[in-house]
Amino acid sequence: MNKQRSNADVANKKVNVGAILGKYGVYIALLVLFVALSFASESFLTVTNLFNILKQNAVYGILAVGMTFVIVTGGIDLSVGAIVAMAACFAAALAQKGTTTPVVIAMLVGIVAGLGCGAFSGFFIAYAKIPAFIATLATCTIARGIVYVFTDGRPITGVSDAYKYIGRASWGVVPVAVVIYAIFLILGTFLLKYTKYGRHVFAIGGNKKAATVSGVNVEITEFMVYVICGFCAAFAGLLLSSRIQTGQPAGGEGYELDAITAAVIGGASLSGGKGSVFGSLIGILVVGILTNGLDLLNVSSYYQQIIKGVIILLAVLADRKKD
Amino acid sequence: MASECILEIKNIKKSFPGVKALDNVTINLKRGEIHALVGENGAGKSTLMKILAGIYTPDEGEMLFDGKPFVPKKPVDALDKGISMVHQELDLVPEMTVEENVFSGREKKKGIMVDKRGMQKRTQDLMDELGIHLDPKDKIKNLSTAEQQMVAIIRAIAFDAEVIIMDEPTSAITDREVAKLFEIIEKLKGKNKSIVYISHKMDEIYSLTDEITVLRDGQLIGSVHTKDVTPDELIHMMVGRELNAVFIKDAPKSATYDENEVVLKVENLTRANEFYNINFEVKRGEILGIFGLMGAGRTETMETIFGLRKADSGTVTMRGDKIHGVKAAIRKGIAFVTEDRKLFGLNLIGSVKDNITIAYLKQVLKGGFLMDFKKEKATSDELIERLKIKCASRDTLAGTLSGGNQQKIVLAKWFMGDPDLLIMDEPTRGIDVGAKAEIYKLMDTLVKEGKSIIMISSETPELLGMSDRIIVMHEGFITGEASKNELTQEELMAYAIGETEKAKA
Repeated sequence: MNKQRSNADVANKKVNVGAILGKYGVYIALLVLFVALSFASESFLTVTNLFNILKQNAVYGILAVGMTFVIVTGGIDLSVGAIVAMAACFAAALAQKGTTTPVVIAMLVGIVAGLGCGAFSGFFIAYAKIPAFIATLATCTIARGIVYVFTDGRPITGVSDAYKYIGRASWGVVPVAVVIYAIFLILGTFLLKYTKYGRHVFAIGGNKKAATVSGVNVEITEFMVYVICGFCAAFAGLLLSSRIQTGQPAGGEGYELDAITAAVIGGASLSGGKGSVFGSLIGILVVGILTNGLDLLNVSSYYQQIIKGVIILLAVLADRKKD
Repeated sequence: MASECILEIKNIKKSFPGVKALDNVTINLKRGEIHALVGENGAGKSTLMKILAGIYTPDEGEMLFDGKPFVPKKPVDALDKGISMVHQELDLVPEMTVEENVFSGREKKKGIMVDKRGMQKRTQDLMDELGIHLDPKDKIKNLSTAEQQMVAIIRAIAFDAEVIIMDEPTSAITDREVAKLFEIIEKLKGKNKSIVYISHKMDEIYSLTDEITVLRDGQLIGSVHTKDVTPDELIHMMVGRELNAVFIKDAPKSATYDENEVVLKVENLTRANEFYNINFEVKRGEILGIFGLMGAGRTETMETIFGLRKADSGTVTMRGDKIHGVKAAIRKGIAFVTEDRKLFGLNLIGSVKDNITIAYLKQVLKGGFLMDFKKEKATSDELIERLKIKCASRDTLAGTLSGGNQQKIVLAKWFMGDPDLLIMDEPTRGIDVGAKAEIYKLMDTLVKEGKSIIMISSETPELLGMSDRIIVMHEGFITGEASKNELTQEELMAYAIGETEKAKA
């Protein structure tokens, strides 16, 4: 009996090493990265630089929060980059120097645009049952087209000082953008982990049919994740245009991939049912710190791309080992 | 030098984290033998089959094929030796034809092109040999479950397999199709092929097999000649305890039965091409059995009652209130234990706890939308305990548990809401004798508490044993209704195949 037990224990231990590596692999990677860069570059481990990393990545981070919701349902949203540009241009156009429109209204218009795009995708995905890949690709193309029509392809400059606040101001050493990102992280975690709605999101990502049988309103739940994602994308757009003081019609291009990357490195599974908002932060940090460190070490951005790609693969491989 | 045994499995051991899946298992499979492999879920049957197929490597022990060492590293190794499997969950490609599925992965070639005609001919020859009438050019999605089963068998023997392993091949087909399947198995035996037959069904084991090997908790309990062992002895070997009453519902009607208290009333329910004019009532404390063959419209009718499908006409009334939609059905106290656990019942990558609480999350919320984790844990632990779900913890993933335990999770999910009416679609399909008995017992407890149950089943002994009243459906119509004492298995079948006159006579 004892012998049997010890055999089982040995087997247990063997697998546990792999499981631990899988479970905490991303954290270990993050730690190694952090320590290594602290030694490699003097300017890495400074308060300014660390907040700078967060500030630079707040836009991607907020996108990744929304994207996590979508990915947990088993969906994907390719339109967030276009929504970033749309919200940015609409708001920037309304928040010109010397106009009487309050900045808050300008920003609200940008956010409503994002909500509208999300609702548009969400409707076709949840109710018309069009695959998310296709529906959001269409939304992406349409939204980008609207932005070009609206701006005539020209960047919108001359925004008011008030508009620049969220992207550029700091409270002490803490940039406002980082505070906003933190709020998104907290609200996102709260919604996904601590509410009934969040539980429904996981349920439909795990097994849509079983969720239906259990009385989950699959359509509304699915519709809402795209609205949430659209909201996050619009806010990210406001932050971006505030920081660069411009509404760029071509802005945000390819950001959807950065958001997906962060969510996936953070443990979300593209087949649904798995993922966390906190994980998306880890994903953002891995990519953000790596980029920052490589910049400080003067590694060419061409090489950085290659390294980023390898990191994505490693993260997913480690995740697979967990199961 | 042909040895008498085609396959010898010797002292195989295999451990997984925390469990000894197989401990010193030895089995000898003779040529031309039909060998039953039985045991409760989790006894180690699947593990053993996966070792044979080269999916797992044993920790200890050896295997001999035709007297020579056999060390499969991957599924193709087993196939190349001549060991084929027909899996319980059919793994055919719906969009491909019969012939394409048979040759999938091992296509015949003519130069660099696939030899379509050659493959079609071979498929046709095999079907002729076994007396199967299918068109090799038909797509799998157009075939019935039983026909798909036949295709899986053709695929298993298409490459001169010497050993064919069948994992519960009758779990999804009707009695008549079972007879056909048995004919085919006998023909294979006649050609000196060896069959390993995994099943839970006593009658099949006795009518078909020569030898029985029993596993329990990874241990070899014994191998016996089928004719030397009685069903009671066999069940005893499997579960290690007496199961003198498999059907424990002894009293004809539960004490809570009330003929005047109608719980569910279905009137003129119709959904074109699926079922027509369905009328019936379910009384308090009653188990209503629903019988019918594949395609009789049983599941479709139940899904419509539960709100998963929209009726063309007709009404469903629960305790006097008309119901529309799943949410309303659940709110009114209906629960639906679906037929296919993996497809409709469970989130396999979710935890046991998450699966249990999903239908009645309302009960474990603070302030209407915030999860009350403490309460959720307590509720799920209580249900795990009450239904004796075997899992390491409430956080174990549902997909890692055995079929019987998965089915108990589905039941636990509904028990949480204390529903008045449970619709149970094939509640014991694919689970072992011990778990079956537990489910029957739970059903009995429920009706004793004054709940009502609709039980859909394809197994007539179970229906006749458990139901108070049975409705039979045939091609979308109710063709018969009787209290269980008025029915025999033969009459039930006669109604189900639409021979109503014969049934009445």
